[in-house]
Amino acid sequence: MEHDIFHHVAPFTGFTFPNETEVPWSELIVIYPYITGLVAGAFVISSLHHVFGMERFAPISRFALLTSLCFMFFAPTPLLFHLGQPTRALNAVITPHWTSAMAAFGYVAAFYVCLLLLETWFSFRADIVKMSKTRTGVMQKVYKLLTLGSDDVSQRALDTDHTIARRLAMIGIPGACGLHGYVGFLFGSLKTREWWSSDLMPIIFLLSAIGSGVGLLIVIYVVTSWWRKKPTDAGAMEGLLYVLWTGVVVVMVIEALEMVQMLYKAREGVEGVMDLVTGPIHIPMTMQWGGSLLALIITTILMLYGTKGKKLVFWLFVSGLAMMIGVLAMRWNVVIGGQELSKTMRGLVTFHPEVYGRESLVTVSTLFTAPFVVLYLAQKLLPTVWEGEPLEPEERVFDIHKAI
Amino acid sequence: MTTQITKTEKEAGDLTRRDFLGLLGKGAACAGALASAGTALASSGGAANPLGGVGPAFQQEPDQYAEAVKNPPKIPDYNWTQHKWAFGVDAERCIGCLRCIEACKMENSVQMDRNHTRTWVERYAYLEGSDHAIVDSMHDIKNVIPGSKETRFKFDNRYKDNQYNDGKEVKKVGKVFFVAKLCNQCTKPSCVQVCPTGATYKAVDGPVLIDTKYCIGCQYCVQACPYGARSLNQVRGTAEKCNWCYHRITKGLQPACVEVCPTGTRIFGDRMDPESPVNQFIRNNRVNVLQPAMGNYPNVFYKGIDKEVF
Repeated sequence: MEHDIFHHVAPFTGFTFPNETEVPWSELIVIYPYITGLVAGAFVISSLHHVFGMERFAPISRFALLTSLCFMFFAPTPLLFHLGQPTRALNAVITPHWTSAMAAFGYVAAFYVCLLLLETWFSFRADIVKMSKTRTGVMQKVYKLLTLGSDDVSQRALDTDHTIARRLAMIGIPGACGLHGYVGFLFGSLKTREWWSSDLMPIIFLLSAIGSGVGLLIVIYVVTSWWRKKPTDAGAMEGLLYVLWTGVVVVMVIEALEMVQMLYKAREGVEGVMDLVTGPIHIPMTMQWGGSLLALIITTILMLYGTKGKKLVFWLFVSGLAMMIGVLAMRWNVVIGGQELSKTMRGLVTFHPEVYGRESLVTVSTLFTAPFVVLYLAQKLLPTVWEGEPLEPEERVFDIHKAI
Repeated sequence: MTTQITKTEKEAGDLTRRDFLGLLGKGAACAGALASAGTALASSGGAANPLGGVGPAFQQEPDQYAEAVKNPPKIPDYNWTQHKWAFGVDAERCIGCLRCIEACKMENSVQMDRNHTRTWVERYAYLEGSDHAIVDSMHDIKNVIPGSKETRFKFDNRYKDNQYNDGKEVKKVGKVFFVAKLCNQCTKPSCVQVCPTGATYKAVDGPVLIDTKYCIGCQYCVQACPYGARSLNQVRGTAEKCNWCYHRITKGLQPACVEVCPTGTRIFGDRMDPESPVNQFIRNNRVNVLQPAMGNYPNVFYKGIDKEVF
């Protein structure tokens, strides 16, 4: 217990309530909206092709969908690690208390996982059927199981798959926006904290989610292409550049508007807000705006000069990464910053994350690495995720013969 | 009810402080026995066994448990539709002795440190020429009695002789006063609104209670409370807050903090009884509540607070 107290208690200045010196929501709650944001962002990119038929996104649309699914698997895990009584987590689903903004979380998350699983299955069904016929051994059985007994690959069946996948994606767009807008609502609806209590919060969360999701896709796409020694698709990269530029611009404008509005209204405690921005969160604040600004400058130059080829890939990669870091810092500023400003508005606490332990940086890193590992395995299981790529038997990770 | 309170007060008058706190400990033991017996009333109190079932309550000594089993308390009939509890704080009377905090912590097995509390007292000090108060409370390390391992508290003497040294210069003190804080058991509680499981709920007789066997420990309620009255009990992994000693008031006793307050700062009673102390307090004084703009409609009524009290 002493150990717990030593690690949880945050130093404070000014007038805070005694109970506030233990920050309730830690770094785990920082990556929870971050991960759901990446899910929403990646899903939007996949939908640009699936729903709106933007062909330039065709080479990465199924990969974006798979990315979205793999990250969604892990979206609820930070919450589970954070609960004081994790074994009771399902209480909120069994007996939801509907006046609570949080009560719907289990349903929203479950709905979204199901939707992503279904869409992925319909998108990959033809390939799964094909592999269940070409592969041998255990993997054949696995693929056979994954077909769920539906091995019809006639043109009519494929058209049906496509139609259903498209309709699911159409449901998924409001779903993704709802999922992430809802996360913003969890924070924005709390009247106790000036830093959170903003009507713009759901919109900021949603837009920054799309920005970070696109950033993630760029980063993974560039890294995996380099890893697979395959060129990136020029059209897709250009499309990602446009989306990222739009994302950065809109996010920065809305965030700046929110900040200006808060300062201009200058309600009681605005001095506290200024102290917070220039005090405990000044480093992540610099990272947030620095990252966004860097992404904005680079993408603007890329667009102005119509850069193509390797230069585009490199600089787009840099701006994607900057955007990801900027949004992560923004999540920190919202979640941790909101709690560092006392409810009295006349005091500040300074949160120091733990390195080891249940709620620690190690847990956060592990939970954030897990989706990448699962994504790696998923794209090995579904190698056709890379559009037009031939199936090379020697690269099969799940090949039973190779294992023996 | 009145008879019992009078008796307890009389006993308290004859006892030393140590004995009296011991008595409070026995009170906790009794509550523990109730919890073990699965009594709904006691399980909402702080002394419930976190593991459930029969056995010593949270932080209960074996001899206390044995005594509780041997002499189970006789519970008077209680009908929660016939009461509406309310609390008053006469800030003009508070001397900042902090006995209320210690009594509360012992009665309700609150974590023994300066960062978790169900009730606390804030000290407001205006330096001459300043419109803003300097506020400190029990979480300031200087207000912890050295060597007590954060179990006992005492406001330090920083405003001695009406002088305050802020490190640069010595300033004259204009005025200093204390304000006791606790859960407001709001009529429209934000914590109940945001609880995703319904583990925290508003009782018919007023107090907001927590079912510690159902709470998932998400701490959304901690975030939502405008008054900072909630915290997470690290040991139980569930939310924690003042419930006006629900296990005591339903047996006709006063909350522990009211019981020990030597100056009558803390006033407790039934709004349904026109002559109850709290009704008299509200009737005879101009009272205020904290942060009325929040729309929570608190049920702790303050007399003698100031614009800086938040």
